[in-house]
Amino acid sequence: MSGASTSLRTARSRALGLGAAHHGVGHFIVERISGLIFTVLALWGVWSGVSLAGAGPDAAAYWVSQPLNAVLLSLLLVAGLVHVKHAMQVVIEDYIQGFLPKAALLVLNFSICVLAGALGVFAILKAAFTGAF
Amino acid sequence: MACSILHRVSIFAIYFGLLLLAGWTLSLAAGPQAYLTYGAVVGSPLGLLILFGITVMLFYNLAYNIRQAFWDMGKGFALKTADATGLACIVFGVVAAIVVWASLILSGVFQ
Repeated sequence: MSGASTSLRTARSRALGLGAAHHGVGHFIVERISGLIFTVLALWGVWSGVSLAGAGPDAAAYWVSQPLNAVLLSLLLVAGLVHVKHAMQVVIEDYIQGFLPKAALLVLNFSICVLAGALGVFAILKAAFTGAF
Repeated sequence: MACSILHRVSIFAIYFGLLLLAGWTLSLAAGPQAYLTYGAVVGSPLGLLILFGITVMLFYNLAYNIRQAFWDMGKGFALKTADATGLACIVFGVVAAIVVWASLILSGVFQ
């Protein structure tokens, strides 16, 4: 309790527990680093998309069965989702006022990104390992 | 100001684009029929228009991320510089997207 006795916060302030959550720096660093990784992978992704456009299922299945493509595509999806999850979280925290709608949207945002990432990576691995069909 | 709002719009576009990408991997794993169906939906005129918009916003976002990395180092805050780099990000987004889609059209995919 020595820390509490020297704190300038009032007992009421401590009880309410409001204020900075002290996650700000970690959030900032994750967003910047995932953004830079995503930048590189997205360029590769656009290039791959152009080369795959119009190709049939067989060509796409062959493409994703190449180890480098499967790994980079998984990383692109995960790094991208980590980046937009953090970015969308800030947008929600900025614009949504009430506690319940804000909390609900934050949970929804988190859930959508985790679900899309898990399903996507599983689908990539399945297609890569089983030769797709 | 416009750049800041556009950046938030680009986050929504990339969010949606990543969900489309996840859907594409699912269709690939689900079999040829699902893959062709997914391709027909995304390859429809409306789908292509949305994809073009996502491409513009993606390239804008990439340029904006680089601009922001310089800001993090404390560089590029002079008003003239900030205006010029902001405009450059928008121009880059549009031009890069047009180059990508022009190369797609020239490759004969849509014929």
